[in-house]
Amino acid sequence: MRHIISILMENEPGALSRVVGLFAQRNYNIETLNVAPTEDPTLSRLTVTTVGDDRVIEQITKHLNKLIDVVKLVDLTEGNHIERELMLVKVKALGAARDEVKRTADIFRAQVVDVTPSLYTVQITGDAGKLDAFLQAMAPVGILEVARTGVSGIARGDKVLSL
Amino acid sequence: MELLSGADMIARFLQDEGVEYIYGYPGGAALHIYDALFRQDKVKHILVRHEQAATHAADGYARASGKPGVVLVTSGPGATNAVTGIATAYMDSIPMVVLCGQVMSHLIGDDAFQETDIIGVTRPIVKHSFSINHPSDIPEVLKKAFYLASTGRPGPVVVDIPKDMTAPTERYEYVYPKKVKLRSYNPVSRGHTGQIKKAVDLMLKAKRPIFYTGGGVVTGNASEGLTDLVQRLGFPITTTLMGIGSYPQSDRQCLGWLGMHGSYESNMAMHHADLVVAIGARFDDRVTNNTSKFCPTAKIVHVDIDPSSVSKTVRADVPIVGPAQGVINEMISLVQGKDIAHADALAEWWQKIDGWREERQGKLYEPSVEDEPLKPQEVIEAICRQTHGEAFITTDVGQHQMFAAQYYKFDKPNRFITSGGLGTMGFGFPAAMGIKINYPDDQVVCITGEGSYQMMMQELSTCKQYGVGVKIINLNNASLGMVRQWQDLNYKSRHAHSYMESLPDFQKLTEAYGFTALRVDTNEELEPALERMLADKHELVFLDIYVDPREHVYPMQVPLGSMRDMLLSKTERT
Repeated sequence: MRHIISILMENEPGALSRVVGLFAQRNYNIETLNVAPTEDPTLSRLTVTTVGDDRVIEQITKHLNKLIDVVKLVDLTEGNHIERELMLVKVKALGAARDEVKRTADIFRAQVVDVTPSLYTVQITGDAGKLDAFLQAMAPVGILEVARTGVSGIARGDKVLSL
Repeated sequence: MELLSGADMIARFLQDEGVEYIYGYPGGAALHIYDALFRQDKVKHILVRHEQAATHAADGYARASGKPGVVLVTSGPGATNAVTGIATAYMDSIPMVVLCGQVMSHLIGDDAFQETDIIGVTRPIVKHSFSINHPSDIPEVLKKAFYLASTGRPGPVVVDIPKDMTAPTERYEYVYPKKVKLRSYNPVSRGHTGQIKKAVDLMLKAKRPIFYTGGGVVTGNASEGLTDLVQRLGFPITTTLMGIGSYPQSDRQCLGWLGMHGSYESNMAMHHADLVVAIGARFDDRVTNNTSKFCPTAKIVHVDIDPSSVSKTVRADVPIVGPAQGVINEMISLVQGKDIAHADALAEWWQKIDGWREERQGKLYEPSVEDEPLKPQEVIEAICRQTHGEAFITTDVGQHQMFAAQYYKFDKPNRFITSGGLGTMGFGFPAAMGIKINYPDDQVVCITGEGSYQMMMQELSTCKQYGVGVKIINLNNASLGMVRQWQDLNYKSRHAHSYMESLPDFQKLTEAYGFTALRVDTNEELEPALERMLADKHELVFLDIYVDPREHVYPMQVPLGSMRDMLLSKTERT
């Protein structure tokens, strides 16, 4: 099963490589990875999506917790949560397709953020499934480049991941 | 307030931390530190002949004393040579602090002379690592390194020190930090009381219980408590290779050690048990054999300080995360004054176990006969007799390691010093050296084979420099015995590169360093040679003992089988 694990870790050089190295070293899988400092500049928040059965996920969280640079973590998929990913897509926009791309972007509540005579750059946010669907819809028009941030997430309700 | 250079801070910190010996090898990036060590005399530096030996020596000391071993090496090749020793300590959870010189910070990343990203290289084999970014950080970083190395589940910590951080011209305030705090590191200080009660409940109701204990009991200083608990309950106990000595092996309740080459009665008892109480052991593949057939009728209690060890390979019915000593003490107070529910069943269980014991009595190996080579097993038994089972025994890796573990009887913890997890050939001799330097009045015997010994024999030179009187037993079968055994069993005796066609004359080699060496070929020569070896505690003596190369280590678990599936000799299997 797919899990989203969010980690608060020391914002120090080498911390990221320890987390990523752990996944490689123990043969765990990283589907997406996303990391940035938090409002507390000594802490970074890293969100990783991974796939594994319960036993593997239990080992992943235990080993992550063992890393000295990891302060706290939560498996967001254990409860209700919000999951978002941002994607920038450059698509061909010539002739009739120009309107078609704009219309499809509207349907997906995406925005055209940059324009040239021959292409649009579209920005879209949502869960991974929505982004995949948008790419499928754009495929016939011609996708030129895709940049995805990887999943970020937060728990619904009163639950807070902080020190 | 005191102003010190980074290099002097390191020397001073080691003094304040109470470090007596460090093991290392100088080089460009570490020279400021070496100069600081030269200008003081409290911390003594042992100059090894290869950095791997420095780590093994520090490791041997740490295993014998329970305190962190300290290593100092230079950047680049100095640091990479230390890697095998760091990995060895990591696999066996041994406290160690490795100080590595590094090129000047403005050169890092330029592929400078003797530059290696040692933090990157060692990342998967350290508990943690630090890089020094400013000289004034040195005291706090070093305190953190020692604290991390020696608390919780111990392990090696690497500190990377760019040369400019130790420059003699830059001085900063030095205060020895008595305490450190790391917000993300809080090792558990006690087990969950509810879980411990559950475990004790199972123990009191068990019919066929067995304790299975490991290195965590030794590093956790819990041998005394464990012995008390096991004797109160009257249960059998088996230990892992790393746990040898955590319960006296000469006691009737001890079945020896378990696993691939463990005792017949240990493996049989594990397979038939209805309750396995694992403490400080990690259900390693050399213990469990096939996990899907492991202990089919047993409930599992698993006590470990490291949550990631619990349910890693075998699911625990009662997981307890906590330090061995604390949990055992709580268990003792809970069993106090209580009777076990099924005393009759336990008596029957012992009958069964004694039956297994008797089955193999006198059949473990065939002693040598006249005109035939000595058996390695009888050599170990003779060493045990002559040292009264009280020596520090270090080993290398292979058949001799298994024979040493099987035939030397240990009644104390921290005495059997072996590379269990990583299985590092070359470990034994430098480890013995590290121990002997710190325990000069004890007998320290390195049991090795000619394959392993040749990986680190340059350390004879170190022993000469510091007058280190270790005893070296070379069980010489002129072949890589364990490899050969597997080739006999799995490759129709095609001995691909498992034999040594060009062995040196070990006697002359030892004499070249000014030490005594004796060659032993027969049973009559054995005891006098051992007596000669042990006569002077402070003299290094090398015994080149020729043993039967055809000998195999038994029992040996059958691959993919259960605990009870064993080869018992070349012709018998369970």
